[in-house]
Amino acid sequence: MADIASVETSSQQKRVGLFVTCLVDLMRPSVGFAAAKLLEDAGCRVEVPRQACCGQPAYNSGDRRTTREIAEQVIEAFAAYDYVVAPSGSCAGMLKVHYPQLFRDDPNWLLRAEAFAEKTHELISFLVDVLGVTSVAASHEGTVTYHDSCSGLRELGVKAQPRKLLVTIGGLRLEEMRESDVCCGFGGTFCVKYPAISNVIVGKKTEHIAATGAETLLAGDLGCLMNMAGKLQREGKAIAVRHVAEVLAGMTEDPPIGETRVREAQAKP
Amino acid sequence: MTLAITSPAFKENARAAIADPQLQGVLRGGLGFIDRRQAAIDRLPEFDALRDAARDIKNHTLAHLDLYLEAYEERVRAAGGHVHYAVTPEEARAAILDICRKAGAKSVTKGKTMIAEEIGLNDFLEANGITPIETDLGEYIIQIRHEAPSHIIAPAIHLNKAQVEADFRRVHKHLPENRNLAEPATLLAEARGILRERFLAADVGITGANFLVAETGTSIIVTNEGNGDLTQTLPRVHIVLATIEKLVPTLDDVSQLLRVLARSATGQDMSVYTTFSTGPRRADDPDGPAEYHVVILDNGRSAMLGGEFRDMLRCIRCGACMNHCPIFGAIGGHAYGWVYPGPMGAVLTPALIGVDLAGHLPNASTFCGRCEEVCPVRIPLPRMMRDWREREFERHLSPRTVRTGLAFWAFFAKRPRLYGLATAVAMWVLSLAGAWRGRFRWLPLASAWTRERDFPAPQGATFQSQWKRRRR
Repeated sequence: MADIASVETSSQQKRVGLFVTCLVDLMRPSVGFAAAKLLEDAGCRVEVPRQACCGQPAYNSGDRRTTREIAEQVIEAFAAYDYVVAPSGSCAGMLKVHYPQLFRDDPNWLLRAEAFAEKTHELISFLVDVLGVTSVAASHEGTVTYHDSCSGLRELGVKAQPRKLLVTIGGLRLEEMRESDVCCGFGGTFCVKYPAISNVIVGKKTEHIAATGAETLLAGDLGCLMNMAGKLQREGKAIAVRHVAEVLAGMTEDPPIGETRVREAQAKP
Repeated sequence: MTLAITSPAFKENARAAIADPQLQGVLRGGLGFIDRRQAAIDRLPEFDALRDAARDIKNHTLAHLDLYLEAYEERVRAAGGHVHYAVTPEEARAAILDICRKAGAKSVTKGKTMIAEEIGLNDFLEANGITPIETDLGEYIIQIRHEAPSHIIAPAIHLNKAQVEADFRRVHKHLPENRNLAEPATLLAEARGILRERFLAADVGITGANFLVAETGTSIIVTNEGNGDLTQTLPRVHIVLATIEKLVPTLDDVSQLLRVLARSATGQDMSVYTTFSTGPRRADDPDGPAEYHVVILDNGRSAMLGGEFRDMLRCIRCGACMNHCPIFGAIGGHAYGWVYPGPMGAVLTPALIGVDLAGHLPNASTFCGRCEEVCPVRIPLPRMMRDWREREFERHLSPRTVRTGLAFWAFFAKRPRLYGLATAVAMWVLSLAGAWRGRFRWLPLASAWTRERDFPAPQGATFQSQWKRRRR
C-alpha cells in the first residue's frame, strides 16, 4: 500500500471518498483495497469515512422512510469529498440515480441529493470516463469472461469501460459469453425471496459462462459475483470468480471468491 | 365469473412451472422475439426518436382523455355505430350479452382480445347459451385446452408442436386419423378449415382494439392471420371491446405508434394485417357488419390516471417487456396467476385486482431494468414495481419475516459505528467457520441461498477495520 506521506497532496489532487459497499466491506475487503489502489495509481487521494449501507435492502422492500434516513446519513458522511466512488454498479446506481428520486418531494434534500449524485461514480467508469485512464499496469495470464451487472449497465452505462481496460492487461484474453447483459438472478433480496426462480436464471448464466472456456469470470458487482460463484461451485465447474477491480489492480494474491489457499493449491496439477 | 386468480399462489405456480420439463424446454429454446426485434430496430435508425414520440402521444392523450373519449364517441355515432360505457367487468359483459341476445346470436367468433380475458367473457357467454369461438390460432388452441393465454401476443407460446397435434386429434374427431399433422403448416391448414365454417356461421363477431381514433371514430386491430378481418366483417354484428386507454387523437398519431408496435412485438416492420373499422357497412360498401358496437371498459383504469401508476396506461401491449424478462423466461406466463404476465402484468395486475392478491408480482423482479430498456413507450416498469412494494409495506402486507429482518438490519444500518463493531465480530466468526472450505454448503437462516448454491466465506476482518489499521 502506498505510503500516505509520499502521496502528493496538492490542491489539484482529487479527494475521493470510497463508498466501499457493505458486501465488499464484509465479504471481500480485497476488492476495496484493489479499488483504492486503482484510484491512487490514477492520482486520487482516497479516504474511507465511516459507513454502513446505501439502503437498497430497505428501498427495494418498500420501506421509504428507513431508506431516506440512511440516504441522508450517507450524503452527510461524504459531503467533504470531490468525488464518491463505489466498486459496484448497483450501489453507485442507488446513490446516483435513486437518491434524487427518493427526495423528489423535498426541495431542500433534493438539491443536496442531486449535488451528491453529480459527484458519485461507479469505480471503472470513473477511472475511464472521468479520470481518462486508458490502460492498467497489471498482468494476468489466461482467458477471462465478463458479466455485465444490470444496474451498472442500464442505470450507469457501464459496458465498454471495463473491457477497454481489461484488454490492456498483458497475457489476458477476453472471451465474451452469450447474453452477458442478461441478469444473473441475484437481485438482492430477490434471490432469497424467490430462490427457485433465481436458481433457474443463474443456471442459464453458468451455462453461458462455462461455454466460453474461460478460466476466470469477472464482473463489477460482488452480489452478482457471489451468486454466480456459488452456483458454479455447486455445479462443480472449476472457474475462478473475481471482481474486475482485483484483476485491473493486479491484486489477485487472495484466493478467488469462495476458494481458500488450501483448495487453490490442491486444484493445481 | 372472471378468470380464476391464482396470483397469491405465485410461488407454488412458479415451482410447478420450473418442475415442468415440457414448459422449460419451450422457454429454454428462447421465444425468438429478442433477435428479431433487435434486427428490426437496427434497420430503423430513428427508432429511439419514435419511442419518444410514442410516449408523448400517449401522455398527451391521457392528459386529455375525457375530451378524446367524447370526441371519439361522437364520431362513432356519426358513422352509425353505438358506444357503450362499462365501469366494471359485469357491466361490460351485460352490454355484450344484450347486443348478442338482440341479434339472436347462437355463436360468436372472436378475434384476439386480452380485455375479453380480463372480463371472463367466454365462460360468461357459454353460461348464457352462446358459443364463443376463438379465431386466432393461438387462442383457438388454448380454448380447446381450456387454458388461459400465457403471453399477451402469443397466447399458446407455452406449448410445443406435439402438444398441439395431440389436441387437434383429440378434438377434431371427424377428420381422418391418418392425416399428417407433423408440420406447422398442416396444423394451420386444419385450423383454417375448421374455423372457416365457424366464421360463416357466426351471428356476432367480437374483436378487441389496438387503438381507438378520436379524430375518425375508427377502431384498429393488428393481426398476422387475417382472422380479425373475417371476425369483424362476416357476421351481421361487430362488437369492439376495448378499454379507455386505447384512445389516440389522430390517424397521424396511430401511424407513429404502429411503427413502434410491431417492431417491438414480433420484430416485423408492420404486422401482416392492420385493419381500420369505422361504423357499420355503408350503403355502397361491398361488405361489413350491419351493426357496429363499441364497448369501452374502465375497470379501474380511470383511478390510475391521477396517481403514480398513470404511466402504465401508455402500454400498447407489444409484449417486449415479458420477452426480455428473465423471470418470465424462467417460469412462463401462467405462474403470474391472472390475465397479464411479465413486467407489465406485475404493474397492471395489482391495479386491477388489488395488491393484496397480486403482491408477489411486483416483488418477483430483480430490477434488472431490461423491460424498461425495451419498452416502446418508455414505461418506468421497475419504478412502478417499487411503488407497489411501498404500498404493500405501508399497508403491512409484506411478510412478517421480511419486515422483522428488515427492521433488525435497519437498526444497525442507521448506526454505522455499532454496525462496524457488530459486523466485524460476525465476519470474524463466519470466516473462521468457513476457513477450510472457503465456502458453505449450508448456513443457518440462509437455506434459501444454500439449497442450490454455495455461499462464500468472508475473507476475515472487514474492510473498514483493516483500512483503519493500515492507515494509522
